[in-house]
Amino acid sequence: MALSEDDVREILRIIDSSQLDELTIETPAFSLHVSRGAAAPSPGGASPNPPPAPAPTTGPAPAPEPAAAPTPPSTLAGTREIVAPMLGTFYRTESPSHPPFVEVGDGVRDDTVVCLIEVMKLMNHIQAGVAGTIVEVLAQSGELVEFGQPLFRVAPDGA
Amino acid sequence: MTIARLFIANRGEIAVRIVRTCRELGIESVVGVSAVDRDSLAAELADRAVVLGPAHASESYLRVDTNVAAALGTGCDAIHPGYGFLAESPALASAATAAGLRFVGPPAEVIAAAGDKLQARALAQSAGLPVVPGREIATLAQAEEFAGEHGYPVLLKAAAGGGGRGIKLAGDLEQLRLGHALARAEAGAAFGDERLYIERLITTARHIEVQIAADEHGGVIQFGERDCSTQRRYQKLVEEAPAPRLAPELRAALLAAGVTFARAIGYRNLGTVEFVVDVAAGSFHFLECNCRIQVEHPVTEAVYGLDLVALQLAIADGQPLALAQEELAPHGHAVECRLVAEDPARDFAPSPGRVTRFAAPELPGLRVDTHCRDGTLIPPFYDSLMAKLIAHAPDRGGALATMGQALALLEVEGVATNRELLARIVGDPRFIAGDVSTTWLAEALA
Repeated sequence: MALSEDDVREILRIIDSSQLDELTIETPAFSLHVSRGAAAPSPGGASPNPPPAPAPTTGPAPAPEPAAAPTPPSTLAGTREIVAPMLGTFYRTESPSHPPFVEVGDGVRDDTVVCLIEVMKLMNHIQAGVAGTIVEVLAQSGELVEFGQPLFRVAPDGA
Repeated sequence: MTIARLFIANRGEIAVRIVRTCRELGIESVVGVSAVDRDSLAAELADRAVVLGPAHASESYLRVDTNVAAALGTGCDAIHPGYGFLAESPALASAATAAGLRFVGPPAEVIAAAGDKLQARALAQSAGLPVVPGREIATLAQAEEFAGEHGYPVLLKAAAGGGGRGIKLAGDLEQLRLGHALARAEAGAAFGDERLYIERLITTARHIEVQIAADEHGGVIQFGERDCSTQRRYQKLVEEAPAPRLAPELRAALLAAGVTFARAIGYRNLGTVEFVVDVAAGSFHFLECNCRIQVEHPVTEAVYGLDLVALQLAIADGQPLALAQEELAPHGHAVECRLVAEDPARDFAPSPGRVTRFAAPELPGLRVDTHCRDGTLIPPFYDSLMAKLIAHAPDRGGALATMGQALALLEVEGVATNRELLARIVGDPRFIAGDVSTTWLAEALA
């Protein structure tokens, strides 16, 4: 068996969320050695001194899900982001008295409306554009979102 | 200053320029960028950058609603439109004001009046300013009739347009027929308005403009003139202040006319009144009024020792002009060259791409306004201006010498530029003599 990039990411994620400092996997097909700390050549060589513990903050994390792993969303393998198709104010509900269009755990289809983006009093209904399950809400209702900003993370069907 | 956070609805060197003044004044800056400008110098230098939309300006920089929403959403209290894009859009001025933002420019009604060439011309005429013979035409027959009365050459332009693009020159009847069809189609496509305006071209004219500023309390002052005669296809390449070889009486008359027009139109904030000037005859005609900060404003800043963006913000803030006309006098001479990413080998076609190397020399009296550095991308979606080099010296000869040196020492690689052309211009005997009209460059290049 070969090791895909996603597999490596998943392994790194497991190590990051554990207390392990070092891990060696050996199979007939490959051997992998991962270690934490200054001695380890960091991938891409970006930071010569990686912090001792991973910092899972990618902005204000609003949803403390009971089972939420302290993991940066960007390392979640196999998920897709729904991004803002325009700049405007992000709303999760049709109006303050309505429930949110979608919650974490909800299934969505391509054409499911997931939120509103308001641009100068004009309400734009935003569709998922992907079929799957909402795993994370990435933007705060009532706040400005930029063009291209991730709004939701979705685990696509069949992934 | 009650403006605490400014939204900059622009890109490129002018966005960088505005951020710089914000920093000096202790105002926070937010720049709205397109997706392709996310890593631009302005985005990096501003306190915050927000992505407005995709690269195409029509979906980002030209969207009134998006810019106002971005300004509001980021807690800004004022919006600066720079030049180009929405700078002379009455829609942005009124939308910003309606949303409770201070618009750094004139009110929407003034922009609309000045932007309509016919209305502006009528206003100038009624204020006693001389205007170039011209009128609106609906048909080719009317165009021919006008040319018959006033002679050739004539210029055809969109009545609703501006900025020099889409103007057709006709030297005879045949060219008039061809130009009329083209200009009409272009006007319809560009402005959704097929109305055309025809005017007599004054061929040996110089293009001289008056920098004016007006506060919210009736105060109007002028900051002298700029000579922008060195143009190629109606696009300015080299500008200077003061205008060379201008008789004192003619200068005084021009400056007074600029102020008169500003008062007549009820101008507010910083603006420019443009004239075509026949230096030999000692006469001039009103051309148009530009409701924005001009690309070439740094030459005025150099000779008056001013920050015109700071002045714009103070006026937008409601402050009365702190300067009296009598206290103002230009010092020395300043010249600006516009470095653009255009390929001289391909008839100056835009040459977008990655600037692999950009380094401007540091010389006494040289200022460089730019958004370029090593690795800057010049996207194909916007205008090709890379940098403005501004040389200031006690006299014109000194300023031109500094400019020549600056152009020679400038390091720019990765994209084709007009640097050699600029060097040729500032070293040309005719230009050095201060004796060029708006047609000079085209003739010299022919």
